[in-house]
Parts: sequence; C-alpha cells; structure tokens
Amino acid sequence: MSLSNRTLQLDKEQRLLHFLTIDGLGREILTEILDTSEGFTGVSERTIKKVPLCRGKVVANLFFENSTRTRTTFELAAKRLSADVLNLNIGASAASKGETLLDTLHNLEAMHVDMFIVRHASSGAAHFIAQHADRGVGVINAGDGRHAHPTQAMLDMFTIRRHKGEFVGLRVAIVGDILHSRVARSQILALNTLGVSEVRVVAPRTLLPSDARSLGVHVYHDMEEGVRDVDVIIMLRLQKERMQGTLLPSEHEYFSLFGLTERRLALADSEAIVMHPGPINRGVEMDSMVADGAQSVILQQVSYGIAIRMAVISMVIGTQNLHMQEVAG
Amino acid sequence: MSNRKTLMDTEAVESLVDIMAGKIWTLLNEREISNPLMIGIRTGGVWLAEMLHRELGLEESLGTLDISFYRDDFTRIGMNPEVHPSDLPIPVDDRHIILIDDVLHTGRTIRAALNEIFDYGRPASIILATLVDRSGRELPIQPDIIALHPELEQDQHITLIGPDPLGLVIGSKTNRSSRGDEQGKDA
Repeated sequence: MSLSNRTLQLDKEQRLLHFLTIDGLGREILTEILDTSEGFTGVSERTIKKVPLCRGKVVANLFFENSTRTRTTFELAAKRLSADVLNLNIGASAASKGETLLDTLHNLEAMHVDMFIVRHASSGAAHFIAQHADRGVGVINAGDGRHAHPTQAMLDMFTIRRHKGEFVGLRVAIVGDILHSRVARSQILALNTLGVSEVRVVAPRTLLPSDARSLGVHVYHDMEEGVRDVDVIIMLRLQKERMQGTLLPSEHEYFSLFGLTERRLALADSEAIVMHPGPINRGVEMDSMVADGAQSVILQQVSYGIAIRMAVISMVIGTQNLHMQEVAG
Repeated sequence: MSNRKTLMDTEAVESLVDIMAGKIWTLLNEREISNPLMIGIRTGGVWLAEMLHRELGLEESLGTLDISFYRDDFTRIGMNPEVHPSDLPIPVDDRHIILIDDVLHTGRTIRAALNEIFDYGRPASIILATLVDRSGRELPIQPDIIALHPELEQDQHITLIGPDPLGLVIGSKTNRSSRGDEQGKDA
C-alpha cells in the first residue's frame, strides 16, 4: 500500500501530484507542506486576504458526505489563492439520479476543472478518482470513510509544531473513538513519520480497532494513565452517526471514564496543549472549562486549517501545471 | 555551480552598500521624506536592507517580502519549496516605502513585489533601490538608486551570495529548472 500510495501521490522529483493519504509520504514532503503553510499564515491577516497564485484555476469541492467546516475551509483556501470554486453537493444531485461516480467526474472534467477536493463515505474514493482523473487534474482527499483525512492530520501537525517547536521528544495522546476515526489514522501516521517519541491511543476496547498496536502506538484503556505527562492531548469526536450496535453504554458513562476534565488535564505536562478536530460534543468528549481554557488550541486549529489547505492546493496545482507544461513543450 | 567567479568580495560589497545608503539619504532629503518604511525582498534584498537599515538608523522596523505567491511563472515552475511569510511590521497605507533588492534584471520580481505591497494597502510612494542594475529588462521598471551597473553578456548571470560572507559572483547560465534551485530568481 505504501509504495503505490507514494507513486500515486509524488512524481519522480518528489513533488506532490495528489494528496490522498499520509501513508507512503516521508518526513521531507510532510515538512515541506508545513513550511509552505507557514508562508500562507500571514495572508489571512492582510487588508486583501488573497494571493494571485491560482488565478484562473477551477477547484471543485466534491462532497458526497456532509461537512460544513472542512468544505468551508477548503473553499476559503482556494478563494484566497484566487481560484474559482465550485461547490457540488453530490448526495443531493447526480448520485440520486443514478449517475455513476465516473460519469460525474468526466462531466466535470469537460467543464475544465483543475482540481477535485473529495469527501466520500467510502474508503478509497479519492484514490479511485485520482486514478481515473484526466492528466493535469489534481485530487485532494477531504476524508474518505474510515480511511484517511490527511489535511486534518497536517493542520494538527502544524498546530503542534507552532506550539511545541519540534516533534522529536514529544509524547502525544489521542483519546476517544479510534475505531471510526480516519483523522486518528492519519494523525498516527503523520506523528510517527515526523518522529515524535511516543504516540498513545486512549480508548475503551469497543472503540479501538483490533490491530491498534500494529499502527505503532501504545494502547491505554485508562484515561488517567493515558494522559499522564503527555505534551499534547488530541480528543476525537464520538462518531455517533457511524456507530452500529451498542459500543457504548451511554454518553454520560463515556464522559465519566474518558471525558477530558480539568482534573485529568492536570495529570499531563503543565504546558500540554489540548486539541480537537471539531465539532465538539461538550460534556461528552470534554468539559467546557477545558474546551475554552488556556491550554485549548482548538480555534487556532481552524485558522491553521486554511493555511494548510492553501499549501496543499497550491503545491498540487503547481506540480500538475509543470507536468502539463512538459507534455506541451 | 561551476564556472562562477567572484566579482566582488565582502569588503567591496559593503562599500557599495555605503554608496547606496548615501544616495538613499540624499533622495529622502530631496523629497522631504521622514520616517520611511524599508522593505527587503528575499533573500539577497533582505541582507542588504538589514545593513542599510542599520546604517541609516531608520526608526521603523524592517519589513521583508517573499514574492513567491506573486510570481508570474508559477504555472511554469510550480511552488517554491522554500517560501517564507512576508512580514510588514506596520500598515503601508500612506507610508513612504524604500524597496530593496539585490539584482534588477528582467523587472519581474519588482512587478511581483509591487503587487504584493498593494495587497497590504496604498503606500504614499515607493523608492526602488538595488545593488546591481543589469541589462535584460522585460518590463518598464527602473530603479531610483543603484550602486553598480555591470556590462554583462545575455547568458551571464550575477548573484549576491551571503549572508556571511557577502559577495557578488558572475557565472554563465545553466539549466535552472531543477528543484531547490534559485527558481529563476535573478529577475
């Protein structure tokens, strides 16, 4: 998987052709994404919050699954790069009329779209589209099933680097619904690739994949033990919509065992930061006092999300442009 | 990196910077500009601007500009892997700006820099000061202040290296399309 992911996502010069998963990408390209994002952070603070980099390009947000935050930040990122943006809520149109995914894709290509940003409930959907897209068309995965959500993982890495400086030496705990979380999978890959000292996952047995340890993490079932002395706590959302059957006794009991409270936060390093990909279920995953507290960086994650998405969009469009140039020249 | 030869060493470059500082001082007096904002263009322009800023004793902090997001050849060369954030310490609205770059060649870098500055606001005026003004202009952009005007062949390029030690080197043009290169920055 890693090798094919690598060849699909990177060209011979190690430039980003598509951004589908962290799997197969090395420290160098992940660091390049973080460094490029650093350059974009200032754009949002200027009078004119726009740079002309992708002027004349058309970016299609292809969302087969609802998402307000991710779609909005991708849209804003593309607009700040001066691209034109199409928002397609496929669930409500073509798919319900029986059009296949490939037909939808080819119709959009006929409109000269330069990039697809894809969210889909099925794992592998973005890969499928990248494999079948025209030359010169880049694809970014904005979340596919339980598989991957690489831009969310990268904005989390960016948040950690901004607050902690380096990855080496850090202890990071990811708490909650690991089983259903594409975010957690991408985070674990990114954290290990960037060289943190220890990645912990903290969850009840029913919300952990059976192969959890093979992901390169330390598994904890006890919240107090899991967050002790860590530098970063990443809380995950309970994905109630994905849960089939009775994986949890009740939200109340989940909070009493795995909710992040001030008392539990005090067990972590005194300068630990608290993250959450949003939207938060207050009183289920974490206490409001923690979510709004001094150690929370949750809103900064949202701002950094725009810079990360600007970086990835411009890197992919840049590489695809180069390849089209070579074909033409 | 082969066939490069040093045109000027650190000491010679520093004396050129002294000349630039003197000319900037004179021009500011002529135009009755006080308290200007100096902005250096990455990378060489920032090294020079730091020296000039010190020498002229300017009050406002130095600004830096990375024009990667404003280049007109993005579709040909892709994303610059070494982009830095631009940093302008104060609003540019109604300010007199001194823009510093190392080598003025095609004029495309300055075109990009002017566009970027105007996305921050509307300055009162901009003075362009470059260490080297060489032939090969492709846009109608002229410097207000230069320190050196070398005669070069079309296939020669001149580069400021640094920051420690500084030097001006001349070489002949090689294939510059490879990644991590200067990405054609001698514009």
